[in-house]
Amino acid sequence: MWAVMVLAVPAAAGGVAATVAWKRWVGWLCTGAVGVVLVCGVVLAAQVVNKRPILALGGSLRVDALSAFMVIVIGTVGVLATWQGVRYIDNEIASKRSSARHGTLYAVLVQGFITAMLLAVLAGNVGVMWVAVEATTVITTFLVGHRQTRGALEASWKYVIICSVGIAMAFLGTVLVYLAAQHAGAGTHATLDWTSLMSVSHRLNPGDMRLAFALIVLGYGTKVGLAPMHSWLPDAHSQSPAPVSALMSGVLLTVAFYALLRFKAIADGALGTAFPRALLVAVGLLTLLVATSLLLSQHDYKRMLAYSSMEHMGLIALGAAAGTPLAVAAVLLHIMGHGLAKGVLFLTSGEILHVEGTSDIAQVKALLVRRPALGGVFAFGLVALLGLPPFSLFISELNMLRAEVQVGLGWVALITLGCLVVVLAAMMTYARRMLFGARDDAEPVHRTPAVVTAPLIGALCACGALGVLAWPLDGLLRAAAMVVVR
Amino acid sequence: MSASTYANVLELAAGLVIVCAVVTLWRRSLSAIVKTLAVQGIALGVVALTLGLHQHDDVLITVGCLVICSKGALIPTLLGRVLASEPKSRETSPLVNVPASLVGAGALIFLAYGATAPVVDLVGTTPGRLIPLGFATLLVGFFAMVVRRKAASQIVGLLLVDNGIALVAFLATAGVPLLVELGATLDVLLVIVVLRALAGQLWSRFGVLDLDQLRELHD
Repeated sequence: MWAVMVLAVPAAAGGVAATVAWKRWVGWLCTGAVGVVLVCGVVLAAQVVNKRPILALGGSLRVDALSAFMVIVIGTVGVLATWQGVRYIDNEIASKRSSARHGTLYAVLVQGFITAMLLAVLAGNVGVMWVAVEATTVITTFLVGHRQTRGALEASWKYVIICSVGIAMAFLGTVLVYLAAQHAGAGTHATLDWTSLMSVSHRLNPGDMRLAFALIVLGYGTKVGLAPMHSWLPDAHSQSPAPVSALMSGVLLTVAFYALLRFKAIADGALGTAFPRALLVAVGLLTLLVATSLLLSQHDYKRMLAYSSMEHMGLIALGAAAGTPLAVAAVLLHIMGHGLAKGVLFLTSGEILHVEGTSDIAQVKALLVRRPALGGVFAFGLVALLGLPPFSLFISELNMLRAEVQVGLGWVALITLGCLVVVLAAMMTYARRMLFGARDDAEPVHRTPAVVTAPLIGALCACGALGVLAWPLDGLLRAAAMVVVR
Repeated sequence: MSASTYANVLELAAGLVIVCAVVTLWRRSLSAIVKTLAVQGIALGVVALTLGLHQHDDVLITVGCLVICSKGALIPTLLGRVLASEPKSRETSPLVNVPASLVGAGALIFLAYGATAPVVDLVGTTPGRLIPLGFATLLVGFFAMVVRRKAASQIVGLLLVDNGIALVAFLATAGVPLLVELGATLDVLLVIVVLRALAGQLWSRFGVLDLDQLRELHD
């Protein structure tokens, strides 16, 4: 029942938004709907930790600890983004850049986007999951191009072309997994179900599975933003409206990564851990190196955040490559921490863009003295994102590195550490330019409304609390990791 | 139908799919390329139909008819409309010229045979032997997307990739479950509609359909 509610509530909110003209209460209704998703996620998590998975709608929905965890992540970042979305549409309408019709379209698309992501993590069948991930591409294309500028249209063109090819590769990979499962004698009806795939995984044909897993890493890897199919990411994330960037960067990337984690468990069963590990190390390192080198020369703070997302996806790919229970639990904690920190930063950058009118790093100065609240949130968000204590990204990065050393990937951990230091130095330099400096005496100190800063501060506190206590997520993280580790 | 007719029809139709893919690399006129794509879509539908008739599988026969309608008629019509919005519909400056593209396509077909050997072994029947052709179509589509610069050419490349994957799916597994198949077809249709809308906006607002002119976002 709870699983069905997770999908039905945001879909219904989208339906309401479609039938009435845009009003502020519609926006708050949508935020409320995502809040309900978060509550349902917590209830589901309590029901499935260390117990059997829940099946709903005749087995088409399947909730285990990993899916419940992903629902919580989507719910958390979704609440932040839809909360700020109300203000985004208000600002757009007030500045005559868009009409109330655009507001309606935006609200409907965002609810559809969130529902599609939830379906992807709840689907019991790999085919349905694929359809849901592809649906996120189609829906978000319109959201990326929502501002209708030349840059936004160019970004959406690149996005839809590259991601469609990528997701097509993932489809071919899924077909080959289906072929292997047919020949391994999985039931005719449920051949594409997680449960039956996991139970026959050791009997799947290795030659076929090797090709299948490579295609799946390339395909879903495109949506995760892993190199070599990453070039859409900085454009799409920097051109989208801020709440959409927050959702795409904070959760959509990791929803695609969730698919990779599931398939890795099947490939581990069929091929042993060596081949999947080698493949993930290769794409993870390549992604990390590309992102680090491009982070060194950025002029635009939204693009800077986009490349940082790529860097973090590289990190979790390497963590998943290690593949021990500790490593996967750390990967999942990192997914949550990155979602919170990156969500906060993209939303803050949207507010900075709105009040300063530029996304150029060089033209934003002395935020901490001119706009203390906004600058402070941005500064703490960066501290969290860069993996400094006490925030949870510190713990998760540390544990991923530890796990890599434990499985004999010490050299990978060393390169990763080097990249992390370079990224830290580069982003600190950009932050120093934006945050510090002297205020012009003629200019008053600007206040930022509490309705903007309160949820962002709350999210940063949550990220900090997770880093210090690990409670209340630790049991769920361990249970979720065991779903995909054997 | 007899066993030899079945094998012949299947080989002919699958062969036609890869031939059409190579022809799209050879022709420069975009309207001719769209016609070639329509032929390829019909050939793909015939593969599904033949398999369905041979295995007495009603679902597969239905899917075959749907494929002929969507990939043979509907999608080429939509693509034709994209071209109508653009006066000079010729691929003027591909990054790789036509003879070199054809040599590249040959190399990709070899690569496809090499990469799919384990899959061919696993399936091991007449349809199984033809799987490399689907894979080759996919690679040719990928190649076309990389070397061609017109917006419409990139959509063509995407469709080649998709048709190649559909061919592999039919030959290897006699089609994935209907729900997934329908979802996949619907997605391609949606993507084409989305791309058509985007191309229209780019053309009407900025007069751009050559992707080399899209250089606003870069590092």
